[in-house]
Amino acid sequence: MSTAAITAAAGSARGRRYGSISRDRRWALRWSYFFLVLFAIFFLMPPVYMLITSLKTSQEISAATDPWWVHHPTLGNYIELLTSPTYLTFFRNSALVSVIVVAITMLISVPAAFALSRMRFWGSAALATGVFLTYLIPETLLFIPLFKMFALINEYLDIQLIDRWWVLLVLYPTLTVPFCTWIMIGYFASIPKELDEAALMDGANYRQILTRVFIPVALPGLIAATIFAFTVSWAQFLYPLAFTTSADQLVLPVGIVTSLIKGDVFNWGQIMTGALLGAAPPLIIYAFLMDYYIAGLTAGATKG
Amino acid sequence: MVEAALQTPAIGRGVTRRSALRRTFGRKSSIAFLMTLPLILLVALLVLYPALYSIHLATLNKSMERFVGFGNFLFLFKRETFWMVVQQSCIFAITAVIFKALIGFIVAHFVHNIPSKGQRKWRGMLLVPWVIPPAMSCLAWLWLFDPSYSAFNWILDKLSIAAVPWTGNADWARFSVILVNVWIGAPFFMIMYLAALKSVPEQLYEAAAIDGANWWQRMWYVTLPMMRNIMAITALFSLIVTFANFDIVRILTAGGPVDRTHVFATWAFRVGIEGGDLPLGASVSLFMLPILAVAAIFILRDIHRRASEMS
Repeated sequence: MSTAAITAAAGSARGRRYGSISRDRRWALRWSYFFLVLFAIFFLMPPVYMLITSLKTSQEISAATDPWWVHHPTLGNYIELLTSPTYLTFFRNSALVSVIVVAITMLISVPAAFALSRMRFWGSAALATGVFLTYLIPETLLFIPLFKMFALINEYLDIQLIDRWWVLLVLYPTLTVPFCTWIMIGYFASIPKELDEAALMDGANYRQILTRVFIPVALPGLIAATIFAFTVSWAQFLYPLAFTTSADQLVLPVGIVTSLIKGDVFNWGQIMTGALLGAAPPLIIYAFLMDYYIAGLTAGATKG
Repeated sequence: MVEAALQTPAIGRGVTRRSALRRTFGRKSSIAFLMTLPLILLVALLVLYPALYSIHLATLNKSMERFVGFGNFLFLFKRETFWMVVQQSCIFAITAVIFKALIGFIVAHFVHNIPSKGQRKWRGMLLVPWVIPPAMSCLAWLWLFDPSYSAFNWILDKLSIAAVPWTGNADWARFSVILVNVWIGAPFFMIMYLAALKSVPEQLYEAAAIDGANWWQRMWYVTLPMMRNIMAITALFSLIVTFANFDIVRILTAGGPVDRTHVFATWAFRVGIEGGDLPLGASVSLFMLPILAVAAIFILRDIHRRASEMS
């Protein structure tokens, strides 16, 4: 009896307390939404403005009426770009480079991560840390010596690398492999040892342990690493700017910046259309695989 | 008793299995080495070698025939532009990282505050600047900053505020490149801080609430200490990336007006690739090394500490 009375009293007291707390919370919630809307406007304004401009004709842009509104929407810019051979070449180059780089990255980093996370050998721990540190060396430090190295290769071995799109296949893995290896080490290390023991008992060899156990179990990590490699390759700007110059060898970011801007004449409708189409592949991947994308993003620091 | 009897053979088998495992893995250390060989080659030939080579390159003269020792560096020290670049790189990186961290922290709290049902949607929307390739979004900003058609100035004009020379005037151009950098980088901080916020156990807040802690005390004594590690490592990463940034400055201002917004990377590109003086360009980019080394020491320390905590 007495306990029931106590709980009842406590319950009513709690109820009152909760009343004020929930009122506070309601206000906190309103303010949160208010500021989130403000920040969303700030964060989404440039892409929205890209879309607005891409739907305008050059006449409407140069008439400088309301820049935030389309009075005569047209798909002319899209049609023009998607039928222009130069733009399609950029797109093809970008797609080829990104897809092949993703394949190279996975072929290098998955076996390496497997070896570094499961097979201890001399220097393996130092190597794992070293791989992570190389991720910190920025491309802005490396492009000049690499440029000179490739010029020397051309001089001595007569292999022309500069101004060929495939030079990017050599360069991009330096950006993607260290980080992908690092996050795959994290994912592989989290797989319980009992799983490979079980596979070993069933008579599996290394290749089978990797392909039948590790890759299926660490698939989320693999997807995250793939997305990372793809978006980095797609977005890279410095290497193609330094290493490729001919119009048919350019990838999308450099192609738009250098070829759609002719002298001082900026055809902004087309530039915005090109940029928006160029931003589309990463955005589409992100829209469908957001959780993997975010997992890859946070893995670098939280698993570190 | 029955349980114990069941456990003993299991343990025994576990030991033999473990040792079989160790034997198979241990004996195959050469296979392991072969599996990491492509990685080692890639890192050695295309990262470490060029990094060392750039030190060698920095000691040559323009035509790369003669050894000049520290000649390039002495030449740089005498140039006013170089000191402007040093100053601008530091201002750019530090200011941008502070604002990215601040905005990321605030936005992460707002997202954390709302019901978890809607969090995914908001998080998805707010990360968009990070997903768009920087070169593409910088073009959008370039168009927003356009001297004659700026959409911002159009709004300012409607509010009867004088037009702003976004990329025309040195101070405004500095502000603009930092603004764009914050716009691109803040969502990343938001995601990291949100992950950190989620990892703080709810019991700690309950305990703090029972002790009568107010909002500030909860923030200061619970949230911040729990997030300290992730905050530090995120800021450090961002500092490295921001310090070495190329895309934003290159596209928005190309270093202008009159070299006032150049950072190390863009100036190295201007001098080295466009100016054809590779050794001087290499010397400029080498100035990014000290900050990288400091950051690497901190990160290594963090990795070692976590490794020892785990074992």
